[in-house]
This record gives sequence, structure tokens and C-alpha cells, in this order.
Amino acid sequence: MEHIRMPKVENVRLVDRSSSRRTHVGTLYLTATHTIFVGEGSEDRNELWVLHSLVCNVVKHKASQSGYPLLIHCKNFQVIQFIIPQESDCHDVYISLSRLSRPEKYEELYCFSFNPNVDKAEREHSWDFLDLKAEYSRMGLPNKLWHVTPINREYRVCDTYPADLFVPKSVTLPVIVGSSKFRSRGRFPTLSYYCKENHATICRSSQPLSGFSARCLEDEQMLQAIMKSNPGSRFMYVVGTRPKLNAMANRAAGKGYENEDNYCNIKFQFIGIENIHVMRNSQQKLIEVSALRSPSMGEFLTGLENSDWLRHIKSIMEAGLFISKAVAEEGVSVLVHCSDGWDRTAQVCSVASVLLDPYYRTLKGLMVLIEKDWVSFGHMFSHRCGHLIGEAKEVSPVIDQFLECVWQLMEQFPCAFEYSEKFLISIHNHIYSCHYGNFICNSQKERKDLILCIIKEKAHSIWLHLWEKKLDFMNPLFKPDQSQNQGLLRPSTAPYCFKYWRRLYNRFDRELHPRQSELDCLMTVKEETQQLEEELALYEQKMAVLDKERAKTLYMQKGVLDSKQALWSLPLDISLANTPQDYIGGAPNLCLFGDQTKSSDADNSDQESGVADFSSHSSGEESLPSEDSVKDPDSDETAM
Amino acid sequence: MEFAELIKTPRVDGVVLHRPFMPTVEGTLCLTGHHLILSSRQDNTEELWLLHANIDSTEKRFVGSLGTIIVKCKDLRVIQLDIPGMEECLNIASSIEALSTLDSVSLMYPFFYRPLFEVIEDGWQSFAPEESFRDLESMTDEWRLSEVNKDFSVCPSYPSLLTVPKDIDDESLCKAASFRHGGRFPVLSYYHKKNGMVMMRAAQPLTGTNGRRCKEDEKLINATLCAGKRGYIIDTRTIAVAQQAKARGGGFEQEANYPQWRRIHKAIERSNVLQDSLIKLVEACNDQSHSMDRWLSKLEASNWQSNVKEILTTACLAAQCIDREGASVLVHGTEGTDSTLQVTSLAQIILDPACRTIRGFEALIEREWLQAGHPFHQRCAQSAYSNGKPRSEAPVFLLFLDCVWQILRQFPCSFQFNENLLIMLFEHAYTSQFGTFLGNCVAERGKLQLSQKTVSLWSWVNRPQELERFLNPLYEPNNLVIWPSVAPQSLLLWEGVFLRWNRSTKCLDEAYQEMVHIIEYNKELQNKVNSLRRQLAQLETEDKMVADLK
Repeated sequence: MEHIRMPKVENVRLVDRSSSRRTHVGTLYLTATHTIFVGEGSEDRNELWVLHSLVCNVVKHKASQSGYPLLIHCKNFQVIQFIIPQESDCHDVYISLSRLSRPEKYEELYCFSFNPNVDKAEREHSWDFLDLKAEYSRMGLPNKLWHVTPINREYRVCDTYPADLFVPKSVTLPVIVGSSKFRSRGRFPTLSYYCKENHATICRSSQPLSGFSARCLEDEQMLQAIMKSNPGSRFMYVVGTRPKLNAMANRAAGKGYENEDNYCNIKFQFIGIENIHVMRNSQQKLIEVSALRSPSMGEFLTGLENSDWLRHIKSIMEAGLFISKAVAEEGVSVLVHCSDGWDRTAQVCSVASVLLDPYYRTLKGLMVLIEKDWVSFGHMFSHRCGHLIGEAKEVSPVIDQFLECVWQLMEQFPCAFEYSEKFLISIHNHIYSCHYGNFICNSQKERKDLILCIIKEKAHSIWLHLWEKKLDFMNPLFKPDQSQNQGLLRPSTAPYCFKYWRRLYNRFDRELHPRQSELDCLMTVKEETQQLEEELALYEQKMAVLDKERAKTLYMQKGVLDSKQALWSLPLDISLANTPQDYIGGAPNLCLFGDQTKSSDADNSDQESGVADFSSHSSGEESLPSEDSVKDPDSDETAM
Repeated sequence: MEFAELIKTPRVDGVVLHRPFMPTVEGTLCLTGHHLILSSRQDNTEELWLLHANIDSTEKRFVGSLGTIIVKCKDLRVIQLDIPGMEECLNIASSIEALSTLDSVSLMYPFFYRPLFEVIEDGWQSFAPEESFRDLESMTDEWRLSEVNKDFSVCPSYPSLLTVPKDIDDESLCKAASFRHGGRFPVLSYYHKKNGMVMMRAAQPLTGTNGRRCKEDEKLINATLCAGKRGYIIDTRTIAVAQQAKARGGGFEQEANYPQWRRIHKAIERSNVLQDSLIKLVEACNDQSHSMDRWLSKLEASNWQSNVKEILTTACLAAQCIDREGASVLVHGTEGTDSTLQVTSLAQIILDPACRTIRGFEALIEREWLQAGHPFHQRCAQSAYSNGKPRSEAPVFLLFLDCVWQILRQFPCSFQFNENLLIMLFEHAYTSQFGTFLGNCVAERGKLQLSQKTVSLWSWVNRPQELERFLNPLYEPNNLVIWPSVAPQSLLLWEGVFLRWNRSTKCLDEAYQEMVHIIEYNKELQNKVNSLRRQLAQLETEDKMVADLK
């Protein structure tokens, strides 16, 4: 590859983040798609693979005695530190990686070179896995009040919207066109979620171009039609998700928000969520806190507070809760918008949907929701995730915040979700990795126009891949029939209910996580239970057959068997109590801790390897050496 | 004194009770000598039985003639009683005030409580020091059980039997005791079977400003070292605090006099600071402003999580010295009754799988807290809502429980007990119908005749019917040393205690039930499959026999 100045560097040291005293020596390779570090020593298969597309930035640090440190920050919050012996090598790696991690064209992205061993038919099939039409018909659409408008088939009315859009049957095409001209980027009000039970809807749009006094008859008619398509209600909410001050400021630029006097029966509600720039800075601060090396509790908590991150998550959750309550409890339809209607609007619509509809708490449901509210409705993934080299100002963790809201809900409702946090983390990883074609580009049109052929020709879809791995993502506690999963989730939004998402932000700091996982144990137990059920069925079948045969034989051999009768005519429970339990045979042994054989060797076990540096406050005393154990810092996904 | 004198109005009708996450109840309020009772006299509503001793503080308010008493409990619950009639309300409030602050221990409820269950195993006899010494004897003969403190004259806060190095005679022990704060000379706390290393605990040495030394003390702790080995002294105080202690006659071991020992200073806060931390934490949890910034800054300012981290870190360090360094350890702070016990007991949970069983954990509390002379009566006299000037109250034991909970969260399959046991212990340490946590030390308990006059908490907990509630369904014995993470990201707020009354636990309880169900169903299936398999095997052998006979 032209950008690789230095394909291989030897004697590189990989620094263990948990303790800078630990390093692994090995060889660093740069390929077209990955940075690969292979540790020395044949026994510990110690490999680290990092996708170039996941690299956020590369920093050279001041030379130390041992060499030239190179720090790589990844978009999945992994931080990697290499120490390279030669300055020139370090510089070459730095230059190469800097270029490789900033592709200029879509064609350079990893999804176009990723080539798993599947044939063309399978690849195409992967793109058909999700079908939004089926999703709308699951909601009960089209029906006598809502239908698909053909108006945007060619993306002429709004180039950031999908081709198929649901609008009230009663609105005419001129009304849609008129309304779209009165909305930023032409994003006229259209349906996002329909509640079958009470006909209330969540609709979305961008801000109206109202300025201080402008009006648009068609737009007013549009809202009136949406309100009327919910026969049970006499008004509708319009939720502005920007802080009121921002929305008012926008009026000076000819934009703004709906004037309640001009629209019939609307109630306007501000729920302030900050803009993408505030969120970007906030997450940056959070990442810095999460990456602090052995911080004090005070530093950590102050950092968490100063990042404001949890405050933002709380405001998004509150907006989602407001909307879902309006729909489920009041039976009132809601129109949501922010400025352009593809960031905050996507967040709150999808959070509200997760709260409202248990379907979105299933694996497939969450995939569909992301495909619908985010991918099809033109969330600008490539800009927000920085897939290509471009404006840093456009990058923002909007989808991260949605995924985190779902995680916060999982913490409050442990039985309500079919998936576990691993699913969310995996989705997060793939949104940034460009491993699959789903999140490339910024809108449906772009995806179709520019690289339709290559996306579908070359790239694969993530959803089928995740679906096939679904056993890894299951929440063993999921109970679809339990009360907490019936209808609307009502999370508490008290501040103490929002927690720091350690599994995401410290994902690669393995020593920070519990050494045993409740959910993994339960999953193992459940899998074993399933095998036991199968086994039981098999035995019962056998038993039935044997019983029949015996009945026959017994009848014929009655005299002979008399002396032996006691042996098997004892009540079952007594014979059980008198014999030691026998687990040898078909039943797999219950193994809660994964690799039990390994853990008997105390010094290498994972549980024992985490001796942290406890003596750090020992007032000048020489600190104790801690256990040196080699960990494989390799992750499941980056290794593929 | 008769309780009746304190109860001016024993009964009020039409009282409305508000409790967190429960429907309001209207009914009759009754005051007895030990309880505040509210009953609607309807079958389907729950009654309230509240021990006066559980009341931490009260507030009253009046709107017209309707009085309201806010009752703040030591278990951190806040309830509200609306009482019609100003006089009634004032009477009730003053009675509650008086009854909840009785000074005399012998008037406490445990002396009046008669169990409704049959005591099968008397908890007072369950954990005799002789027994644990027998276990020790089976591993090593380096130690002996000394009766030097038989009449509690050498150290009033120690029990009568103490485990000390075999080669140290009682006379030396007395001399060493006179060199240690409160007479708490170094005694054995834990013997690490794997490598024969030990953990000892003591109080600070009384070196004073002129550097006093005591040969017997030096000899005593050196006797625990193997030839040529060094040990670690973990002082739970910072070097600055330890220096200051010299002016008051205390101090720390000088390197010159203890050349075989390396001293490490940690920074566990003193008890009065901890009490302040608890009060601030609970205030943060009860803050109604709903503001994220306020919550996080108050949580931070309370310093509670920092205290958890520091204690846990020190315990890990002690465990690390023993298990990884192969060195013996002496732990002490000032008095040796607070931070010292936090460290020695937590280190044992990390090192010794036996302490992670219910029985072993009870034994640990008995050994390292009750017998070791943690002044429960003083420390738990008031909880987070006390508004008076704190005397010697401090959540030392609660912090220990919090640390255990942190380890439990990180190793959810390695403990035989669950969070409920820890919460129950917190409640009973502060108020209880049982006598276990009364008094400040063994000598005091003897004088109070607790084992004759009150029921032991262990008599109740260890009944199979009760025990079930405290069992961890995920438990699989794990014989390893368990090293918890002490990073701030890994330490959580103990919601089960601190947010218990602030949020509904319905969904979390359901999740727990589901977990229990998954595991029980699995066991049931396993039994079924095994029995069927056995039956089939028998049938097949018999068929073979039949065939052979033919």
C-alpha cells in the first residue's frame, strides 16, 4: 500500500495500561487495514489487531529512556501505547497511521475490502435481513388514516429523508410540498412511530422557517392533519428539543419554532437538549476521565461531574419519557423536532419508542429501530462518526447517547430487554469500525446514488451478522411476560439513577470489571438447562418404549422375576437417596466459571491476576512489585 | 423506671402514615415501651411496627390543628405521621423523643424480647474462641491461647482468651500491653495456611515524643517472623497523623527499634470524619432538587466513596503482603478498634474462602468485630440523621459492610451469602431485638449478662427458614484469593442501603427472583435427568438379566 512507509518494526513494546511497569515486547506490522502487534514468545498467543478505521488519533510522545512512545486513541475507547526503539521508525509509523486512519474516499473504508468467506448470494441476502416495510406493517400501517406518500421517491422534496414516508391520508401533495418548503432542509413532518392501541403517533421534522412572524398555511394544515389522524385527541404536542434560548436565537436567522397562535390546538413544549458541539466536548471530557490512570475517587467524580455527560443523558431520557407518556398515557400525538431533525430528534424519537414498545427491547427490534430512525431518516453517520477525513466540528456522539440511554434503562429494568449490554457495545463498535456497509454515508440518497453499487456489491450488512451471533448478546434475565415488560417503561430520572457506563468507556481495561459475571453464569446455566430439557425428553421417550416392551415381557416372565422385584419396584425417591449422584455421561458438567481447570493454577488465573497497585499512597515507601501476568489485550471484534 | 411515665398519650385514632413506595395507611397509632405501632385494623393493609430505638431523629410541623411528625430512622428510612390534634401530636412526639433516646442499656428491647421461634442452636455458643484455636493448632504449633486477660485487667477491650506466639510468656504480654494504646498488645488475627504467614493487629505503640521503646513488644512481634524474613507494619493513618499522635503519648514503631519491619502508612479517616461523611452522603441521596450537578458534587463532597476506596485498598495491600510477598503483617491505627478491624477483616475475606461462606462470615464478625472490641454501642448510637453533636458515633462497621458488598459485586459467584445478609447486619448493628451488637466489648457484654438475658442474632439467622433469604443462588465455592479492583470506576454506590427508600426496587427484585428461578429450574431438571438415567440403566440391566436367565 502506498501509505505504508514502514510495514514492520521489531522490538516494539506494548505498554499495559493498567500498570506502566508491564510491557510486552513484540513486532509491529502495518497492513492496509490493520495495525497488528504480535508478542514474542510462542506460548502466549499475544496478538493485538486494531482496525485503522477505528483509530481516532495518533500522538507521538516525548522520547523516554526506553524509546519513542506512540499513543493510539481509538473510537471504541481503546488506548494503545507502543514504545518504538528508533525515532525514525516511530515517525514512519506515525505518518503511515495518521494517513491510514483518515480515509479520504468512501472506497477506502474497510467494509469494501472486508471479505468474509461467504458467497454473493449470502452477501445480498444479508441486506434483505431487515425490511422497514414489514416494520411499518407491524405497527399497523398503512391503515385508513396513514399511507405512504410517493412524493419523495426520487428524493426531490427532501434529499435527506428516505424514499418511503408515511403521512396522513388527508394531506395532499401540495400541502406536503408547501410544508417542506417551510422546514429546514425540506424535512417536513412525517411519521416515526404509530401506536396501534390508541392511534397516537410520534412524528418528526426539522424546525419551521418561521423567523419572527412568518407563517405557512400548508404547514399548519399538515399539523392539523396529523392531529386529526388521531381521532381520540383534541390537541397535539410539538416538542422542541433544543434549549429555549437556542430556539429563540434561531428565529433571528429566519428559523425557530411553531407559534402556538398560528397552529390550531398545539401545545408547544421545550425540552432542552444541548447541540452536537456541546455533546462532543462533553464526551471528550468523559473520555479523559475514563482514561485517567489510577485516579482518586475525588478526581474521578469531579471529572464525571464536570464532563456534564450524565446531565445530557438525563435530559435525553426525560425528553423520551415525556413523549412516550404523552402517547401511551394521554393518547396524544407528538411532533418532535430540533434544528435539522436528524440528531436530537432521532435520539428522543428512538428513546421514546424503546420506552413505548417492548418490540424495540428485542434484538431484532433494536436493529429495526436503528435502521428506521437513524439510518433511513438521515442521521449523518459519516459526519458524526468521522468516517472520512473532514470537518472535526461535524463529529458528535449522538448515537452513543442513544445507546447509552438504552443501557441506563437496562440498569433500571433488568428483565425488560432481550439483549445485554454486549449487544449495544457491539453495535457501537461497528458504527465506528466501518466493518460493514450499514453506517456508511449520511443519508439514504447518498448511499443509493454514490456507491449503491459498491455497497451492495462489496460490503456486507451488519444486522444478519449480529443476528447469527445472537447467543452472545442474550440477556438471560429477559422475561417478555413480566410486568416490567408490559407496555410503557417508566424509568426514574432521579440523578442517582444515571450511572457511568464502565463497560463501554473502560471496555479494554479488563482489570476494572468484575472478575465474575452474573449474566454470563446465568447464560451458561440456561444453555445447560436447554440441553437438559432435550435429554429429558429423549429419556422419557426411551422410557415409554421400554415400559411397553417390559409390560409384554413381564407378563410372560412373571415367575422368573419375582425374586428380583424389590430392585426396581422401590419408590423412585428412595433409590435416588441411596445412591450417589452420577453426573458421568451425557449431561455436560455445570461450569460456572468458564475455564475451571485453568483456575486451579492460582497464579495464572484471571481472578488473581488483577493485583492492582495498592500501595500507591504509601508515603514514599518503595512500592511492592505486583503480579506480572500476561494478558491478551486482543478483543473479539478488532481481531476479525 | 416505668415506660408508662414516658407515654402521655398511648393511643391516637385517625393517624395517617406515609411511607416511601407504599400506599398511605390510616389507622390507630399506639405507643408501647419499645414500639411505635400503626394499625388500620384491616386485614389487607400492612401494619407498622417500629422500634423506638430505630428512630434517629424526629421533626414536627403543624398546619392548623393537624400535626405532622417526620420520623427519620437509623436504617435511613423516612416516614411521616399525620396526627389530628395538636396536643396528641405534641405528646406523641415527646414520648417518641424520650423513648428513642433511653440511656440505660438494660432498658433496651433485647432484654424484653422473647423469640417466637424455638432456639435450636444458641448463637451465643456458636463461635467459641477455643474452636478457632483448635483449627489453628491443626495447621501450626507456633501459637498458644493465653489467659492473661482472663479478668480483662490487661486490656479491657480484648476478650479473655487471646492467641499469641508460643514463645512469649504472659509476663511479656503484660509489658507489651502497657506499651500499647488501651493495652491492645499485638495478637493473632489471621493465619494464612498457604504459606504460614500471619496477620496481627494491635493499637498504636505509646512511644510518645521521647521515643520510648519496649523490648517485650519488639520481641513479641519479631516472634512471628521466620528467620531472616521481614514483615510489614501497616499503619492505617498517614505519617502526619501518626506523628501528631506522639504529642499525645502515642506514635508508631521506629525503624531503629523494629529493623525487621517495614512500615507503610495509609490514609483511612478517623471515625468522627466518617460520621460526617455518612451524614453528607445520605443528605445527597435525599436531595430533592433533581439536579445532576448537585447530586454528583454532593456525592463527591461526602467523600463516602473515597473512604470505601481507601479502606479496601489498605485491606488489599495487607492481603498482598501476606499472599504475594510472603510476609507477615501487623495492622494498627490509633486505638486498634476501628480502621484496624476494617482492614484485618476485609483482608481475610480476600484471602480466605471460608470467610465467604455464611458461617465463616458470621465467625469473622464475631472474631474480628465483637470479640476484638469494636465499640458497637458507641459507634452505632446514632446514624445519618442525628442532628446533635456527634459523640463517638461512626459508620465504621457500615463501611466494612459496604466494602464487602463491593467485593461481592466483583465476585458475584464466590460468596455463599447475598446482599440481603449485609443489609440485615447493617440494620441489626444499629437497632435490633437481639443482644449481639449491644455493649462495646466482651467485658461489657459479660456484665450485661447478654448471653443469659437476650437472644443472639445468630440463633435467628442460622435457622434454615431465615437462612434461605440470605443464600446466594450463584455461589460456587472458589478457593482462590480474590483480588478486587479498587479503581473509582469499579466502586459503586451501595444502592441497597443508600437508595433503598428512594426508589422502587420492584424491577430489581423481579430480576433477582428470575435469577433464582433459572438456577432452581436447572437443578430440578438435573435431578430429573439423573433419576431417569438411573432408572433406564436399571431397566436395561434387568432386561439383560432376564435374557441371561432365559
